[in-house]
Amino acid sequence: MDEFKPQIIAFTCNWCTYAAADLAGTSRIHYPPNVRIVRVMCSSMVNPMYVFKAFESGADGVLIAGCHLVDCHYIDGPVKCDTMFARLKKMLHTLGLEDERLRHEMISASEGVIFAQVIREMVEQLKKLGPSPFKIRREALV
Amino acid sequence: MEETRIGVYICHCGLNIAGTVDVEEVTNYAATLPSVVVSRDYRYMCSDPGQDLIKNDIKELKLNRVVVASCSPRMHEPTFRKACQDGGLNPYLYEHANIREHCSWVHDDKKVATEKAKDLVRAAIKRVYYHQPLEVKEVPVNPKVLVVGGGIAGMQAALDIANGGHQVYLVEREPSIGGHMIQLDRTFPTLDCSECILTPKMADVGHHPFIELLAYSEVEEVSGSIGQFKVKVKKKARHIDESKCVGCGICEEKCPWKVPSEFEMGLGKRAVVYIPFAQAIPNLATVDVDHCVYIQSNGKKCGACIKFCEAKAITPETLLNQTDQIIEVEVGSIIVATGYDQFDPSVIPQYGYGRYDNVLTGLHFERMTCAAGPTGGKVVLKDGREPENVAIIHCVGSRDQNYHEYCSRVCCMYGLKYAHLIKELTDADVYEFYIDMRCFGEGYEEFYKRLSEEGVNFIRGKVAKVTDVAISDEEKGKLIVVAEDTLLGKLIRVPADMVILCAALEARADADKVASLFTLNRRADGFFLERHVKLDPVATPTDGVFICGCCEGPRDIPDTVAQAEATAAKALSLISKGKITLEAAIANVDETKCLGCGRCEEICTFHAPKVISKNGVMVSELNETLCKGCGACAVVCPTGAMLIRHFTQEEILAQVSALTEV
Repeated sequence: MDEFKPQIIAFTCNWCTYAAADLAGTSRIHYPPNVRIVRVMCSSMVNPMYVFKAFESGADGVLIAGCHLVDCHYIDGPVKCDTMFARLKKMLHTLGLEDERLRHEMISASEGVIFAQVIREMVEQLKKLGPSPFKIRREALV
Repeated sequence: MEETRIGVYICHCGLNIAGTVDVEEVTNYAATLPSVVVSRDYRYMCSDPGQDLIKNDIKELKLNRVVVASCSPRMHEPTFRKACQDGGLNPYLYEHANIREHCSWVHDDKKVATEKAKDLVRAAIKRVYYHQPLEVKEVPVNPKVLVVGGGIAGMQAALDIANGGHQVYLVEREPSIGGHMIQLDRTFPTLDCSECILTPKMADVGHHPFIELLAYSEVEEVSGSIGQFKVKVKKKARHIDESKCVGCGICEEKCPWKVPSEFEMGLGKRAVVYIPFAQAIPNLATVDVDHCVYIQSNGKKCGACIKFCEAKAITPETLLNQTDQIIEVEVGSIIVATGYDQFDPSVIPQYGYGRYDNVLTGLHFERMTCAAGPTGGKVVLKDGREPENVAIIHCVGSRDQNYHEYCSRVCCMYGLKYAHLIKELTDADVYEFYIDMRCFGEGYEEFYKRLSEEGVNFIRGKVAKVTDVAISDEEKGKLIVVAEDTLLGKLIRVPADMVILCAALEARADADKVASLFTLNRRADGFFLERHVKLDPVATPTDGVFICGCCEGPRDIPDTVAQAEATAAKALSLISKGKITLEAAIANVDETKCLGCGRCEEICTFHAPKVISKNGVMVSELNETLCKGCGACAVVCPTGAMLIRHFTQEEILAQVSALTEV
């Protein structure tokens, strides 16, 4: 059997974490290729539906990442995201998804190193967890 | 419906992308995806020939969607949007895939990187399918400006704008402009007299053809947004006829009732009908309604001012019947310069302020040394004696976890100034109790050095208490300042006749009201929050509203003036542009789905959505000039009525599912 390659969807805010991922690129900081980035304007724009969709269509982990509280382009986006995130986490837990599959980080535009580090950690963790239960279920049924 | 025709362009970026990603394979792959009409690769897509490929294809192949896979959209999205526009396509029918920063530069394995690039390109194609053309709207800028606060900050901003030939409304809540600066005696470190440098500026403001001074007035209501604010200003009744008053001061002289003067910090008295100080602008009398015997007795008692006013500016009519007026003005931008309050040291009981007569604050001392002040410029104790020793206590209420953690920035320097003035005006010994000396501005450190040479005693240590309980003959009849001298490591007791407290500068007591009036945010310390502490220090989260001076935090006069000029530059740049381009990717309400629940209104930091009644139904209405497009409202909307253009649910869902397709 092939080695399990976890798939991660990262929702990153345009001003901070997307820029951090850009910085990781310009600084040639390598990280595992398992992540696919979706650019949103603010982490508070992430609708729980997007996260469900990601898991439903086969993601093993989801990262939502935006600015630190003081950096937000929209003043208090991370606070709004936090509220949404807490509810989302409970819902996913109820659906039988391990808590570690969904992560919320604050990564500023200068923290390319941290972005790469977070991706590495997530990949390691997801490798231990194995494929998402949603994915296993779906593959069994197809 | 029009057929979707997508053009896909994969950039080599020299070898930056092509070195790690098999560009040809990605290009061929893209060509196989639905709705893709053309898929090309090119060495440098951002070059003119690269952009021409897009422009020509839009025309010749009738493309109505474009995807470019290259570097970060933060770099070249605007370039390719412009190329689309030049080719005749709405710039929002464009999508960007980042296969350099997020792919070729962070991965080594060509096979893996090529697969990832394919995923990113596929997701961009799926997403662009749902893009809609958006219109970039422009709104005109009203060239008039409102300045709130007539201290040095507000005056400077008003003058800069008015000198540029634009109308300014300057609102000041006190009877005269001048702010805290006009109360100061001399300014550090040059020791030039504050009045001498400020009164010419005040006169300029008073006479300027482009400044309409609304003194003794307060802003009541602000509506609208950048470029077109509507402001209601309450002009408080002075109870005199402003058109007739010549500011002769005879009413003040003849008024038999005296109350403590606010301007003199209670050290002197003023009449109930008064001009706050000699150089007041506007030079008009104001009646203190609460203390006026004529008004309080409903015209039965007193009336001295009516009798003596030769200009007939004070009449029974003005005293009894004059009411506040509401003035409405329309402006394009607003500058808030509402200043600070002095910290009230009586909340630190161990320093004895309010209990001991000769414990003063900085502003009291300013009035005392002022030649035109209540003591005629003499440094004297309450009983009229000259002090033999004076203690100056720094950081009262500042740098103190119990009160304000921040440094008030001006106290070290004015403390030094006081020491110099005491040395100049009396024979007293001066003791400065400090935590650290912070003398950071132009000529400040030199001033500190000069004072050390003048024989001032500097004691490093925070004062524990000020007491009048003497334990030796030397201390009898004096105040005793008890502190730890941290350089000697021992407790000391310094007898002093006078103690001056360098009280902190703090946010105005009503800063919360001002904040909600102008939609400003406040920091934990109560001062107004700038948009970015380093790179946007005078803008605020509300477009078109700028802040300067001490309402944003403690600062000295040079910094305040520089900031005020910065706000004027901001306002002038808006005026000279004449119009504002509004962000196109903002929220949009589908009224047919909206239930008027108000959750969008609740979550929006910028007050863009508002639930209104339309034909008897509650529905959310969006002020497009206020919306920044963050998308928080769309997340909380229970019916999906609120969506963010260019980031709609179907677009993002399409992108997400395309990314996880195998």
